[in-house]
Amino acid sequence: MSNVIGIGAAPRRKEDFRFLTGRGNYVADIKRVDMTFGVFIRSQHGHAVIRGIDKVPALALPGVHAVLTGDDVAADGLGSLPCGWGIHGSDGLPMKEPPFPMLAQGKVRFVGDMVAFVIADTLELARAAAEAVVIDYEVLPSVVGVLEAVRPGAPQLFDDVPNNLCCDWELGDKVAVATAFKKAAHVARLSLVNNRLIGNPMEPRAAVAESNGGTGHYTLWTTSQFPHVVRFLMSALVLKIPEQKMRVVAPDVGGGFGVKQFHYGEEAVITWAAKRVGRPIKWVADRSEGFISDRHGRDHVTEAELALDQNGKFLALKVVTLANMGGYLSTFGPNIPTNLYGPLLSGVYTTPAIYCNVKVVFTNTVPVDAYRGAGRPEATFVVERLVDVAAKEMGIDRVELRRRNIIAKESYPYQTPVLVEYDSGDPMGCLEGALAEADVAGFAERKAASERDGKFRGLGYSTYVEACGLAPSRFAGRLGARGGLYESATVRVHPTGQVTVLIGTHNHGQGHETTFAQIVSEKLGVAFDNVDIVFGDTDRVQFGMGTYGSRSLVVGGAALSKASDKVVLKGKKIAAHLLEASEHDIQFEAGVFSVAGTDRSKTFQEIAGAAYVPHDYPLEILEPGLEEQAYYDPVNFTYPGGCHIAEVEIDPETGIVALEKYTAVDDVGTVINPMIVEGQLHGGIVQGVGQALYENAVYDDVSGQLLSGSFMDYTMPRADHLPNMTIKTHSTLCTHTPMGVKGCGEVGTIGSPAAVINSVVDALSHLGVLHVDMPATPNRIWRIIQNATMPLAAE
Amino acid sequence: MIVSFTLNGRSRTVEIEPSTLVADLLRENLNLTGTHVGCDTSQCGACVVLFDGEAVKSCTLLAPILDGGTLTTIEGLSGPGGSNALHPMQEAFHQNHGLQCGFCTPGMLMTAVALATKNPTPTEAEVRRGLEGNICRCTGYQNIVASVLAGAAAMHAPGSGE
Ligand code: FES
Ligand code: FES
Repeated sequence: MSNVIGIGAAPRRKEDFRFLTGRGNYVADIKRVDMTFGVFIRSQHGHAVIRGIDKVPALALPGVHAVLTGDDVAADGLGSLPCGWGIHGSDGLPMKEPPFPMLAQGKVRFVGDMVAFVIADTLELARAAAEAVVIDYEVLPSVVGVLEAVRPGAPQLFDDVPNNLCCDWELGDKVAVATAFKKAAHVARLSLVNNRLIGNPMEPRAAVAESNGGTGHYTLWTTSQFPHVVRFLMSALVLKIPEQKMRVVAPDVGGGFGVKQFHYGEEAVITWAAKRVGRPIKWVADRSEGFISDRHGRDHVTEAELALDQNGKFLALKVVTLANMGGYLSTFGPNIPTNLYGPLLSGVYTTPAIYCNVKVVFTNTVPVDAYRGAGRPEATFVVERLVDVAAKEMGIDRVELRRRNIIAKESYPYQTPVLVEYDSGDPMGCLEGALAEADVAGFAERKAASERDGKFRGLGYSTYVEACGLAPSRFAGRLGARGGLYESATVRVHPTGQVTVLIGTHNHGQGHETTFAQIVSEKLGVAFDNVDIVFGDTDRVQFGMGTYGSRSLVVGGAALSKASDKVVLKGKKIAAHLLEASEHDIQFEAGVFSVAGTDRSKTFQEIAGAAYVPHDYPLEILEPGLEEQAYYDPVNFTYPGGCHIAEVEIDPETGIVALEKYTAVDDVGTVINPMIVEGQLHGGIVQGVGQALYENAVYDDVSGQLLSGSFMDYTMPRADHLPNMTIKTHSTLCTHTPMGVKGCGEVGTIGSPAAVINSVVDALSHLGVLHVDMPATPNRIWRIIQNATMPLAAE
Repeated sequence: MIVSFTLNGRSRTVEIEPSTLVADLLRENLNLTGTHVGCDTSQCGACVVLFDGEAVKSCTLLAPILDGGTLTTIEGLSGPGGSNALHPMQEAFHQNHGLQCGFCTPGMLMTAVALATKNPTPTEAEVRRGLEGNICRCTGYQNIVASVLAGAAAMHAPGSGE
């Protein structure tokens, strides 16, 4: 059939039109009849006891419906916010898991912790009422950094969590690593910080909730990447509402990057409050509120050592990390710096022995959870920085050292010493490709030109791999996951032969409406324009796990592929009946069912029509209808990766680092839509560049205040910070996903911070600089240059 | 107070509090939710509209200033009510994959139209500088820049009607 647009094509996106014309439907755009407005009162203190809350002055104001606090939550017997992962420490004991109440109970543990929810007829009235609530705090000392939090005598967040230590986790073979270090010809050592980040999707978080007193049903519209999981957690564990009476809708969502993949207290509070006040309620976060309440990312302090033999072969890697969890355990919190970090420390190298210890630590800061890449950028940064340090110290070229240790293409599948087995890959191919694309050969000339201008130029490499397609449930269960990580899809063929897909992933910029339609168009031979993708509504779509961890295509797309195959099978049965042939003799190709070796055939559209007009069906063997559902649980992670090369120029007068060139050659497996893949790489890389050069969430270590709490203090990458990037793919096919796909949502963010910082260090290497912490701001770089060039003048 | 202005080609008269922001007027009173609000410090540009042809941040503009002026929002950029014809800049964003989640897109488009109206043949560097007041978290800007360059060319192509 004509107008099939299938795998590998680059149709423009189906979803564009509504966004281009201002017709998107974001949560903040929703209005309900009789709607009221809610405002959260948040702690202004990093750490304090709540001695009392006086609601009376607020409740006396006109138009105020309720002021709800932790006491009301407790009186209604509601649960706390669940953590989806239960990890174990090296002592075999479970992590410490203090409750995370939806409104603070007795104590606040970070600036932004929710203390009360105020509901009034208008936003202005709700704000005024929030001002009128009097909260009596007894302020306690705060601790915001991990090193300080584990010191004896540090302020304790929870009475039953000594030293603020949630879990002391380890992975790998400590003995083998110690033995290898004894034999080493050289040991490269590095202390580094992985800076705390704030995801800042451009759409602030928001929610609208209502309850229907007549039916007992609730509806929550929320800016979520996984509405079904929100419904399940909230109904079963927090609010104890029958799951079938709860509808969660995540309509158009303006970017997620992980920030919207958690079950937030605001969602539970507003749903509960809507029932209590008997009116719909709307809450939209201000950006400042987002800064102190959206879950943060990264925030590691790490000591790492790499042992090498005299030829530069890696013998062993040892990594000790303190990871900041913030004030409570968020939905995926403890999983990120452990299971998504340790298993990636092999990188693309043949390092035979690895040991990793992670201390997961509570502090008086916003809870830390997944942010694009989540654990894997941190692992890549450790490995790729350490490789450069080793190369410099041993006098071996950085690329040559990588070549000596990279896993050869022929060695796949490759079992690493840290749990995971890479199914496929060609890191050397990506490296060679990137060297050519980045014109590394011409670098010396460019560097000389920069020098003539009084500038320093540097080149940085990152050859990396990540684990995505989260996640094989069996594997995740062993690591502490409390749920499955499969995905679901339904292919509903209408009597016209047009198709609606219902899928459990969530599209918030990734182009699923286009990519998934291409898969169906190719598999069923129907026109691309005749396929619509539905997601984000628990009343329309069967249970699904949502979008995060580069899983939508890899896991959701696989479920869709499987469901499409089931449609073809059913279609063959119908065709066999109509064509009076054996089902086994029916072939399906390009939208046509035919009897092998004959010219008898029926189009997909004819079969769809017949499925719904079963006048002469053999009903004992064939049901009417043409709609199939599939769940897909992956057998392994997928392992996209590649080589990124950054080139920077530094102005020593100002310390400004200009990113001059950026080249990425990535292995993302089969590419469904190259335009969309390239777009994902662009966005991902720039988020990594943001971490390397601009972004930093900074707390005041005395007061616990977030100092970088707005776009004026937290530098977001802007158009004029960036060059045009060169993006290429060098794909090997994943051996265990149906279409050979590996996923591409996070690769950019994972590979880029190391490439950029390696280029900055390279630019400064003539000054003896071995490491620069992120972000490489002008201030930091200027000081490094001053200290190196004027040691006597530096104070 | 009463304010009268031209909104997307139609004259409108509204009664408002003098402290009303244009972004709120559009979104809350007039149900034009295509104009977005992405920050509270006038930094992100999600709220940009055209006021008398200038790109302005509607989150920082008080509504009384509209009196007697002409306001164009994203809803007024394409053909008149119900028409599906895209403005050349919208078409360029579509063709060049200049949007992902779409949240920054209305502000980007309005900024881009103003930029290309003033400077029909901008360079890449001029476009990047011109987008300095608009944050996009999704695209890494590369395709937005390509879109603006293509959109500017299309706006000024012979027969484009611009
Ligand atoms: S909403 Fe951010 S600049 Fe107007
Ligand atoms: S497309 Fe999402 S913020 Fe720009």
